[in-house]
Amino acid sequence: MQHLRQLEDQSVYILREAYKHFDNLAMLWSMGKDSTVLLWLARKAFFGHVPFPLLHVDTSFKIPAMIEYRDRVAREWGLKLVVGQNKEALAAGMNPAMGRVNCCTALKTNGLKQLIEQKGYTGIILGVRADEEGTRAKERYFSPRDKHGDWDFRDQPPELWDQFKTTFPPGTHIRIHPLLDWTEINIWEYIKAENIPFIDLYLDKGDGTRYRSLGCAPCTTPIKSTAKSVDDIINELRHTTTAERSGRAQDEGRGMELLRKDGYM
Amino acid sequence: MDNLTQKPSDNLNIVIVGHVDHGKSTLLGRLYADTGSLPDGKLEKVQAICRQQGKEFEYAFLFDAFLEEQEQGITIDTARTFFGWKGRQYIIIDAPGHKEFLKNMISGAARAEGALLLIDALEGVKEQSKKHGYLLSLLGVRQFAVVVNKMDLVGYRQDVFDGIEKEYREFLGQFKAVPQQIIPVSAKLGDNIANRSEQMPWYKGPTVLDALSSFKKEPGRSEQPLRMPVQDVYKFDARRIIAGRVTAGRVKVGDSLVFSPSNKRATVKSIEAFNVEPPPVEGHAGQSVGITLDEQIFVERGEIASHQEALPLVSTAFRANVFWLGRKPLERGRRYQLRVATKEVDCEVASIHRIIDTMDLSQQQGSNVVNRNQVAELTIRAKVPVAFDLSASFEATGRFVLVDEYDIAGGGIVTELVHDDQEFLREEARQRDFAWVKGEVGVEDRAQQYGHRAAIVLVTGGRHTGKSFLAKKIEARLVADGRHAYLLDGGNLRRGLDADLSEGERGQAAEMARRYGEVARLLVDTGLIVVSTTNPFGMAYVEAAQAIRTLVHPVPVIAVHMSKAPEEAPPNTDIVLSGPTDFDEATRRILEELKRRGVLAQAIGAKPTFQYSI
Repeated sequence: MQHLRQLEDQSVYILREAYKHFDNLAMLWSMGKDSTVLLWLARKAFFGHVPFPLLHVDTSFKIPAMIEYRDRVAREWGLKLVVGQNKEALAAGMNPAMGRVNCCTALKTNGLKQLIEQKGYTGIILGVRADEEGTRAKERYFSPRDKHGDWDFRDQPPELWDQFKTTFPPGTHIRIHPLLDWTEINIWEYIKAENIPFIDLYLDKGDGTRYRSLGCAPCTTPIKSTAKSVDDIINELRHTTTAERSGRAQDEGRGMELLRKDGYM
Repeated sequence: MDNLTQKPSDNLNIVIVGHVDHGKSTLLGRLYADTGSLPDGKLEKVQAICRQQGKEFEYAFLFDAFLEEQEQGITIDTARTFFGWKGRQYIIIDAPGHKEFLKNMISGAARAEGALLLIDALEGVKEQSKKHGYLLSLLGVRQFAVVVNKMDLVGYRQDVFDGIEKEYREFLGQFKAVPQQIIPVSAKLGDNIANRSEQMPWYKGPTVLDALSSFKKEPGRSEQPLRMPVQDVYKFDARRIIAGRVTAGRVKVGDSLVFSPSNKRATVKSIEAFNVEPPPVEGHAGQSVGITLDEQIFVERGEIASHQEALPLVSTAFRANVFWLGRKPLERGRRYQLRVATKEVDCEVASIHRIIDTMDLSQQQGSNVVNRNQVAELTIRAKVPVAFDLSASFEATGRFVLVDEYDIAGGGIVTELVHDDQEFLREEARQRDFAWVKGEVGVEDRAQQYGHRAAIVLVTGGRHTGKSFLAKKIEARLVADGRHAYLLDGGNLRRGLDADLSEGERGQAAEMARRYGEVARLLVDTGLIVVSTTNPFGMAYVEAAQAIRTLVHPVPVIAVHMSKAPEEAPPNTDIVLSGPTDFDEATRRILEELKRRGVLAQAIGAKPTFQYSI
């Protein structure tokens, strides 16, 4: 428990720094386990309130249960929800069959960029974790993006102690990553400790499969698992040596490196 | 081995540093593989890439997540990797050793709880070995082991190891750093990493993994006196919550707190938390907490809450050891943003005492700049008084960063308080505020009643510049607007309060300013907006204005400077009026400034909705 509280304290500190320094701040919420924990941490940081909007970049290919869950939780917790969609790309027929990286770039990266530009957000809080995959391990807590939303991972500003990059030139924005030090197991341990409501796609409902990582329906495959509770998931994760995102097609090859350089979450 | 089947929950942040090519990535790869922490397929995937590129497999490649990095052969940025060993998860902040990437090493080390410092047995102690050792100490990483790698290349000879140990211990000893262990290893062949080496029977100490196991989680700073820098103040609902992280000690319900540098006091009414039952009654070092107070006092981000028995230091200046990472050199006299804990304030480097050569710790004096990757001893002067500690006593409130334009460009630790000329007045104000007898009516009650906060409009400048005329005009305008304002005239003080003084005594500007400041302090305590000039001080207005500021702190001072021709205004002047003055325009600007500073409510007659009204 002690280690979860330490992670929580650090994430809460980061969220409060973000709220203090960014006038136009928003949090990305994909309804997955990580960003839902992040949302819960925001309620921790601001004593039951979420003082910024939650963004969902809807690719239109999400699993329907995710949208139902999103709307229900938003209602119950009184969240300000902002849904963005790259309608142009969808109208032009963009779909995973046109290439996964192309599809992710158009519907997610560009969808997000459009939303940021429209609303003028200067700070975006995201639930990425360092242990997810290689490029995310390189992130800072406060990571600048240039005018085009691009990430210069080779020359990042230093981050010292609890001092973060909170000033930035006009036209650029900062990505804020409060969950960077959390592992997949930590996420589930915390969901258990805090009794956080999560989407049941993560559980086996009798057919011997469950989702370990959630994305768009066509590009996310369930894993073989009989985990029917949070305890089962934690137990399973303690013994697995399979990578978390092995069910995520976009990670293949250099997919994530290319995507994230250009502003993918 | 249990380690292979169970992923642990406890964790520790570790950084691996050392000279480039001394084998950090190889050590990491070996640690990952020997603890069974590699995900399925990772080893095979990296081996396949090696085959593709026609290279021999090395453990180092496991950690270079970017293909580009493997091509270049060096790690680019701080990366985190994880491995588990004996009930603990180690988060490795991989900090590269290439010279130009020092800032990443520092970013990594700044958040590490322990460190491994690598030295190549064949090459011996190099520049980076020393620099990194020195920086670890500067960054506050006290737990570290020195790993002497590539022992296989020197035939596992004890005399080579002993020589390196002696040289490096002597170097570390100069700044009182002591490694937990010095371990001879071969990361490539796995000697003394997880398993004891059969090649080095002369070495009786722990393996690298044993050494890591002996590292402790951060020592409990909860036993120190309380430090809680205010991060923000929230009013999302009926509660007015002061949020912050306890960096040392404990805060409990019922504690009497002092906020520095404002010297405001209040008692902790509750500790607030979401989804915690029963509500907490205490917060300790490391925790991000929220507290409510028994009294509505105005405190703001940057102040440090403590108990009265052990207050932080307050000054505008301190001496510090700083490492500089900025693209542009650090220059004496240039403006930077100083951040100490949560305080953010403009500062300048008042003097560069010496540049420290980390190779031999020799000193170089008389420099006006500190270049990238250099370490220097400086005096920093902030625009306003700041609360801080010496780094030797309090880690978190004894260190700071400097921001150049948009980026953090340097960091440092406070080594010494520098006394400034306001020290005695500040102490007088502090003692007076602590003992101040208050009635039932608080400052906030008065502000609610009056529709504005207390403040001082102080007009400075030489003779016959129109100061008195402007002051009278402002008083009249404020009162006409329904504000409670009063013109404090220096002449009146001379004829009354100072009537007992001799002519000689009246000539002492410092004492006159002190008396003036204390009277102003009384008046602002009644909730008034005091309008005043530095007329009684003649040309000593710069010193007088500073003394008045110190004595009325933390009440807002709106400083207006008037002159016939352009000239340098005193420090922290808000409005400069030079040449022929349009008094209506000047009045308008001053009222705007009062609004901007949250003194006046937006609309006349309306109850205040101050930006910081909480």
